[in-house]
Amino acid sequence: MIHFVILNNRQGKVRLTKWYSTYSQKERSKVIRELTGIILSRGPKLCNFVEWRGLKVVYKRYAGLYFSMCIDQDDNELETLDIIHHYVEMLDRYFLNVCELDLIYNFHKVSLFVILAYYILDELLLAGELQESSRRTIARLVAAQDSLVETAREQASLLGDLVKQAM
Amino acid sequence: MASTTSSIMDTLFQRSLEDLIKGLRLQLIGESAFISKALDEIRREIKSTDPHTKSNALQKLSYLSSLHHFDMSWAAFHVVEVMSSSRFSHKKIGYHAASLSFSDSTPVLLLITNQLRKDLTNPNNEFEVSLALECLSRIATTDLCRDLTPEIFTLLSSTKIFVRKKAIALVLRVFEKYPDAVKVCFKRLVENLDSSDPHIVSAVVGVFCELTSNDPKSYLPLAPEFYRILVDSKNNWVLIKMLKIFAKLVLLEPRLAKRVVEPVCEHMRRTGAKSLMFECVRTVVSSLSEYEQAVKLAVVKIRELLLDDDPNLKYLGLNALSIVAPKHLWAVLENKEVVIKWLSDEDPNIKRESLRLVMAMVSENNVVEICRVLVNYALKSDPEFCNEILGSILSTCSRNLYEMVNDFDWYVSLLGEMSRILPCQQGDEIENQLIDISMRVRDVRPELVRVGHDLLIDPALLSNHFLYRILSAAAWVSGEYVEFSRNPFELIEALLQPRTNLLPPSIRAIYIQSTFKVLIFCLHSYLLQRESTASSYPDTSALSELASKREMPESSDLATFKAPHSEQDEVFNPRVSNQSSEELSVGNGGDRTISHGQTSTPVTSENSFTYEAVVNQLNLIELALGPLTGSHDVEILERVRNLLCFIELIKGEILESLVQKEENLNSAEMKSSKIIKLMSDAFSEELGPVSVSAQERVPIPEGLVLKENLNDLEMICGDIQLPSSISFSLVSTHYEEGVGASLPDLQSKEELEPPSEATSLLAEHRKRHGLYYLTSEKNDIVANDYPPANDPKLHDNQNNDTEDLVKLTEQLLVSKKRPNQAKPRPVVVKLDGDVVPVSAKRPGPKDDSLSGAVQEVLLGSDTRTSTSRSNPSDKSSSKRKGKEKLITDPSSELNENLGDAEKLDHENPSSRRSKHRTHGKERRHKSPGKIREEREENGLKDKKKSSHRHARHKTRQRADVPLNVVSETPVIPDFLL
Repeated sequence: MIHFVILNNRQGKVRLTKWYSTYSQKERSKVIRELTGIILSRGPKLCNFVEWRGLKVVYKRYAGLYFSMCIDQDDNELETLDIIHHYVEMLDRYFLNVCELDLIYNFHKVSLFVILAYYILDELLLAGELQESSRRTIARLVAAQDSLVETAREQASLLGDLVKQAM
Repeated sequence: MASTTSSIMDTLFQRSLEDLIKGLRLQLIGESAFISKALDEIRREIKSTDPHTKSNALQKLSYLSSLHHFDMSWAAFHVVEVMSSSRFSHKKIGYHAASLSFSDSTPVLLLITNQLRKDLTNPNNEFEVSLALECLSRIATTDLCRDLTPEIFTLLSSTKIFVRKKAIALVLRVFEKYPDAVKVCFKRLVENLDSSDPHIVSAVVGVFCELTSNDPKSYLPLAPEFYRILVDSKNNWVLIKMLKIFAKLVLLEPRLAKRVVEPVCEHMRRTGAKSLMFECVRTVVSSLSEYEQAVKLAVVKIRELLLDDDPNLKYLGLNALSIVAPKHLWAVLENKEVVIKWLSDEDPNIKRESLRLVMAMVSENNVVEICRVLVNYALKSDPEFCNEILGSILSTCSRNLYEMVNDFDWYVSLLGEMSRILPCQQGDEIENQLIDISMRVRDVRPELVRVGHDLLIDPALLSNHFLYRILSAAAWVSGEYVEFSRNPFELIEALLQPRTNLLPPSIRAIYIQSTFKVLIFCLHSYLLQRESTASSYPDTSALSELASKREMPESSDLATFKAPHSEQDEVFNPRVSNQSSEELSVGNGGDRTISHGQTSTPVTSENSFTYEAVVNQLNLIELALGPLTGSHDVEILERVRNLLCFIELIKGEILESLVQKEENLNSAEMKSSKIIKLMSDAFSEELGPVSVSAQERVPIPEGLVLKENLNDLEMICGDIQLPSSISFSLVSTHYEEGVGASLPDLQSKEELEPPSEATSLLAEHRKRHGLYYLTSEKNDIVANDYPPANDPKLHDNQNNDTEDLVKLTEQLLVSKKRPNQAKPRPVVVKLDGDVVPVSAKRPGPKDDSLSGAVQEVLLGSDTRTSTSRSNPSDKSSSKRKGKEKLITDPSSELNENLGDAEKLDHENPSSRRSKHRTHGKERRHKSPGKIREEREENGLKDKKKSSHRHARHKTRQRADVPLNVVSETPVIPDFLL
């Protein structure tokens, strides 16, 4: 199974984490520090697998972003690479060239990116297993939930407007 | 009032997540300052009564927490509040925060059961259901699983695929936390395997893949369903998981392997997806390695991977090869060039893999060549990998008492060579091996002393602290086996060279102790020479001088160069002094030269132990060690004092003897020569390796109560870091006493050794080498530490053992066959037999409940009706089965398989067997026809077979008992080695 997913940029700044196995907050930051160190130090033409604490970390760099997933010793590395690729493609669908986005500090959808990245990941993986391999399905599901959220947000801002008017 | 205003203000001017992230990335005021400010805001906002403000604050908090790992357990209650919001967007934030921050010990978990139940059963919004499922898959505790099992069970057959597949994935966590849920959910889970929806199948297969990897046995009965998916599925994700499942199952059931091997090969041939192809390869090499055709195909594919440009495939190819290596070495040999080529790859991971493979290829025939190649690679590569190479050479060559090594002279000089490779950090290991070999292999000692000499004499090595341990071994070896040294005087100088003050005290102490030994040897030789003067002729001595001149011009050169007292050169250097000493010897009646015939060894030391040389050595030692009498280190202090006192004791008489010449020689030298002789006797006592189990043979003295629990020792000697050097210079302590008492009765000395010291040493040893103690009965690891032997029996045996050693080395050098097998092998084999079942059972107590539950459900058709879960239900169901057996035909292929599988299983076999049988019957409804046919064939035999099986089991148990006895007894015979 997948134990965790980490996204970080070239400077080692973490952009997203998701944990499917139990790690305390302290362990989490230690793991991230350790792994980003290992992964960032590896050159561009090396293989994408790192043995780490009896587990394996599969990572892949897409432009400015490193996507890493930690899997069990006997899991399939290539399959995991596929999952990562899958995920990146999903993100790309929403944000053209997602991986370049990290370079631009103020892109207009930054929080949307963060939220959606989690949504998509949640549809892609569950309990550390791939649960949906169809990109189209994921897109549909995410869009459906997103619209639910959006309507709620509109309502909220409507409320805010009302309050403003009232004052 | 104020609070409501502030909450309105918060609502209106609250920073959104967007603002937070932007601010964070702009970093106007520094990251930590910004975060702590944001946290302050959040703490305030999260208390707001407005759900929007609250959820927004929580969202920001979880963002910060997930990226910066703040503890957010303080907000747990707010998380629960937001989770229970009626708005989907809030709920989503709440659930996300919960799955991020809740752990098993979060107290508020008790509060959310009802909320979860409500959301799980929400008929209107499937997304809320899915939120709850996702969250549960992270945070579910035993209590939650128990309480929510009925809801999850319902969802397992939900018509909404989207929900059902998440429920299926969740089941994994539920089973893990609450095994009893298996009784409820398992059947429905299995039914989902037959689903027509690929998503559902994919999810179920994922769950079974995880379950099987923990406990394959329980899922054997599902093999037909799995097989169908393996053959029919077109989905690569599913196929990969299926292959993983079968990789586990076929190990338990060989007949399954026969069925599976063809489809696996088919996939391997057909698929274009590298991930699936690689999974097929891995399945074949790890689980189907008996099927030659399949392995050949896999090796072809591996070769493709190896030659690919993609480093990933290269790495995986090497990875797969190392799985094949133990069973099909030919596959590795076939790809030898490629593997060695990747040793110089730029990727350290690939290099490491290929190093592993190269080491797998090593055999006694090619060990020399491979080591040469590797050492060359080590010289070229970066320090880290260089050390890995050296480390693996050391561990491979020393495996099973150096069974690979036939030529120890070669190996010892390799060790010397390796020590000089600059980034070498294997000091400890090389030290251990040098000493271990010196004690085990008698014939290699001259070479060892030579190597040690070369290391000691090089002052440059003293600046590399990684080498200190090796130098200490070299010093010890040179002192212990000084009789093989070609130039003991030079050795003394090397041991006392000024740069030795760079050494740590513990190792310096060994240097001093070795100096002592060498000095004794020199004095003794000198005395022997004097004694024999009467009968010896100048001619012979001159001859021997010539011989020595011819043999070792180099070393004598060095000696000249290094001798600190230039005035002694003449005498000291055999070449220069040859003429003069001959003259002298003629003049003095030949009493100062010697043909040193007393050393019976092949490589005789042929130095001239002249009077001047000896006196100069004494002076040198006094000069070099004098300052150390003020040392703060006890070890050094003690040894220096011993040595200096000893010199003082004998020096006077030796000097006198010159004045008095030969007339009074006998009377004058009586005392000192006696002492020297005794000391020399003492030092020439052979040290041998000691079996790790030697301690067991020491009889426990009456009245001594041994503590079972040695934890107290940690307190007593926890911070005493015994330098391991002590272990092999211990002997000296005996002789120090010997000097004082002039009564070096070895035996009695050893008995005098305080037992407390021995036990604490052993305890220390046990602490540090606990690993070895566990495997002690194998006897193939002998620690280099040399605990003082308290046991007289041990002493007796030592002679036999050294004889064994001699024989052993003879075999080693002559027969070129595996030498060490003769004695220890049989024991090891038996022990292995004993150990394997234990490790096979290892999957552990944690899974027992789960696997038990799974088997119960899988095999007992209506266990759900029987409420109790332990033995009673087992019995009742087995009784019922017994009756039904007459009607149905419970024997199936699988059933029998299970019988086989049970052999591995020692516990509770009868109850499980009954369950298996019921399963056979239950499964008949859906299993494919071919299997049924076979089953019916077997039907008639079945009854007999079942009774048979009982009998078989019993005999097996009986057989187990003697096996244990056998495995325990052989400890005694192999005392050494």
